[in-house]
Amino acid sequence: MQVPSDDLPIGMKTERIPKKPLSMPTLVIQLTLLALGAITLYSLYVLDTGDVGLDEGLRTMLANFQLMFTEAHFKHFTWSEALYAVGVTIGLALLTTVIGAALALLLGLLAARNLTNGTVSYLIKSGVAFIRAVPTVLWVLIFAVSAGLGSVAAVLGMAFHSVGYLIKAYSESFEEMDEGVIEALRGSGANWWQIVFQAVLPSSMSYLVSWTFVRFEINFAAAIAMGAAAGAGGIGFDMFMAGNYYLDLREVGTITYFILAFAIGLEMFATRWKARIN
Amino acid sequence: MKPVLLELTNVSKSYGRGAPALSGINIAARQGEFISIIGPSGAGKSTLLRCINRIIESAQGQIRFDQVMMGSLSRRELRKARTKIGMIFQHYNLVDRLSALENVLHGRLGYKNVLAGALGLYSQEEKRKAYELLCSLGLQEHVHKRCDQLSGGQKQRVGIARALIQEPKLLLCDEPIASLDPGSSKVIMDHLRSISSRLGITVLVNLHQVDVALKYSDRIIGVNRGQIVFNGAPSLLTHDAIHHIYGSEAGELMMELGGKNAV
Amino acid sequence: MRYDFLTRKRLMTLGSLLAIMLITWGAALLTRFDAGQGLSAIPAALSWGIENFYPDEKAWRRLPGIMDKLLDTVLLAVASTTVAAMAALVCAVGGSRTMRLNRWFGLISRGMASIFRNIDIAAWAIILLFSFGQSALTGYFALLFASFGFLTRAFMEAIDEMSSSAVEALRATGAGYITIVCRCVIPSCAPQLVSWMLFMMETNIRSATLIGILTGTGIGFAFDVYYKGMNYHAASLVVIVIAAAILLIEAGSNVIRSMILRG
Repeated sequence: MQVPSDDLPIGMKTERIPKKPLSMPTLVIQLTLLALGAITLYSLYVLDTGDVGLDEGLRTMLANFQLMFTEAHFKHFTWSEALYAVGVTIGLALLTTVIGAALALLLGLLAARNLTNGTVSYLIKSGVAFIRAVPTVLWVLIFAVSAGLGSVAAVLGMAFHSVGYLIKAYSESFEEMDEGVIEALRGSGANWWQIVFQAVLPSSMSYLVSWTFVRFEINFAAAIAMGAAAGAGGIGFDMFMAGNYYLDLREVGTITYFILAFAIGLEMFATRWKARIN
Repeated sequence: MKPVLLELTNVSKSYGRGAPALSGINIAARQGEFISIIGPSGAGKSTLLRCINRIIESAQGQIRFDQVMMGSLSRRELRKARTKIGMIFQHYNLVDRLSALENVLHGRLGYKNVLAGALGLYSQEEKRKAYELLCSLGLQEHVHKRCDQLSGGQKQRVGIARALIQEPKLLLCDEPIASLDPGSSKVIMDHLRSISSRLGITVLVNLHQVDVALKYSDRIIGVNRGQIVFNGAPSLLTHDAIHHIYGSEAGELMMELGGKNAV
Repeated sequence: MRYDFLTRKRLMTLGSLLAIMLITWGAALLTRFDAGQGLSAIPAALSWGIENFYPDEKAWRRLPGIMDKLLDTVLLAVASTTVAAMAALVCAVGGSRTMRLNRWFGLISRGMASIFRNIDIAAWAIILLFSFGQSALTGYFALLFASFGFLTRAFMEAIDEMSSSAVEALRATGAGYITIVCRCVIPSCAPQLVSWMLFMMETNIRSATLIGILTGTGIGFAFDVYYKGMNYHAASLVVIVIAAAILLIEAGSNVIRSMILRG
């Protein structure tokens, strides 16, 4: 192999290659994957497969898929009822998102490190971490004790996570703002509210809208889940009834098509909108 | 006269409707020649380079490299041909997370079977050669450094080492100094020139700095709107020729030449 | 002129606010959401919570059983995520713009991921109950399918973003497909891939609670039993245990992320 060895200082040709130092990030990645792999193997080993074994279950699953998606039908609901149910689900998601966004706007401003002092920001962010540590379904069920199983409990319960998520998203958008603008306005004597309304909000608006829409998509899925698990109504509840009460697999298939259509539709709308904003 | 290593005959390429990216390209490059390809942005220089090793498939024409017709190669034969062609890029195209040495060794992957390649099994000889290459390019201190910790000039030298460890006959350089400051640019161009003079490797360089082309090349090819409008020694590159290549941009370029061809 | 411009902007802002309020009011009607009831529910829930929703002595004695169920749930979340990640990696590589085998594979891969991802996890659980019954397998496969859909897209974006330039360089050296995947694509985006896996795991532990309620297994089932039995003291202990576990795991994965994603 040819090397411009005339450039090498004398004696370097015979020097050994220095040892490669241990790289921390690579080591951590390898250890993490190893640990996860070991946990997975153990978990699968002790997994309780229940009455239906793995093989039988898989075969039934494939047969069910075929049945569900090729012979979908409506028995206990009609087209219009299903559309109405989707409307209810969208309504739940909408309410949650609006309430969440409104609260998160104020709290997000208070949580942004460049707009308030460190303690307030820290307290709000820790509070958010605690709220998000309790799964949404549990929040909804907690509220359901005093408000009953219905849209009120669902919206309030889902709003908790929405507020938490959006506080994090909004505050990060605010923190990414150009420091100079805030400094300039402060220097000219503007008070906090004026800075917020004239500089912070207009410049982060596209990010805020974008994040809010992301949360709306998540809330749509959450509303389906709450309908199924916490009696909140909407298409999720219909699916729960079709699956666990009427035990009608084909109907479950139809409802799945509905959910897919709306979810993918939302996703495509979001992608196109984001492309237009950027 | 050295033998012809690379021959392009009537090569063309279009992207959809509109003006073709390349049309009627005819080039012959001899062994050990240092050829600069100049022209305005969007003239087709990058496309031209990438058609040679078939990263981009040309629509028409023939490309003969080392007595082999590139267009008729199977996938496996193409990979084998590519091992003889090294390439360096404007943005270095390194795996930033890996060290300089590991990136240089990537140049040997074209010679390995699937198993050795996938597992990254390199021989001691290969590792030694990689180290020597890095040393000869002045990177002895940075052999195990992650590439995202290197400067632009250092990264480009890693790229050159990666290409050289292939033992190529031809080196394609796509705007290698476009992202570098003048000091690092000189270092890189000096290395490229030394590669062609001392190792006998044919070097094709895309440049948009005419003065650099004039200083280093055996031959200059001017491309405008996908066609070759100049093909000759640097001494033949007159005002008119430059104007022909660059069209209206020629005015600003005159200053870069520093009155070299001023009459 | 400027006066009109500012007024128009203000009118537009006012208009959009009004539109939002109108839509919200419509949604409230549709969902039979009683705002008054909603507002009064908050203090009502608060007072109920203070009186009833805390673990008493009897509840604490149930802790070992609850921890057992929690362990089951966490193990399930980990196992489903890793298997989903392996499948997602294969589909993501084959479907990414950088490394896809052809356009159809890319479209199919993206389409499949979209379908698996957009079927909400509760829906998957209900569908799979028909196949596996009230067992941990239902929850496992529900998490698996939903994670697969999400991770495929996340991985595809990471692959296209992090590795496309280096892949071009390696193709030019003559390296083969599998070699490029193992030596270039995966090393380039390994931190992003692991980070997404950790994120998926955190999400899955939250979802596993929901699935537990639907499938009668794990920590969700424990909560459901106490809740339906109006044993709110025990239920509150379950909530505390879940929250603590999630906070711990989140802290751990944030530490890991900071170590692998730096620079």
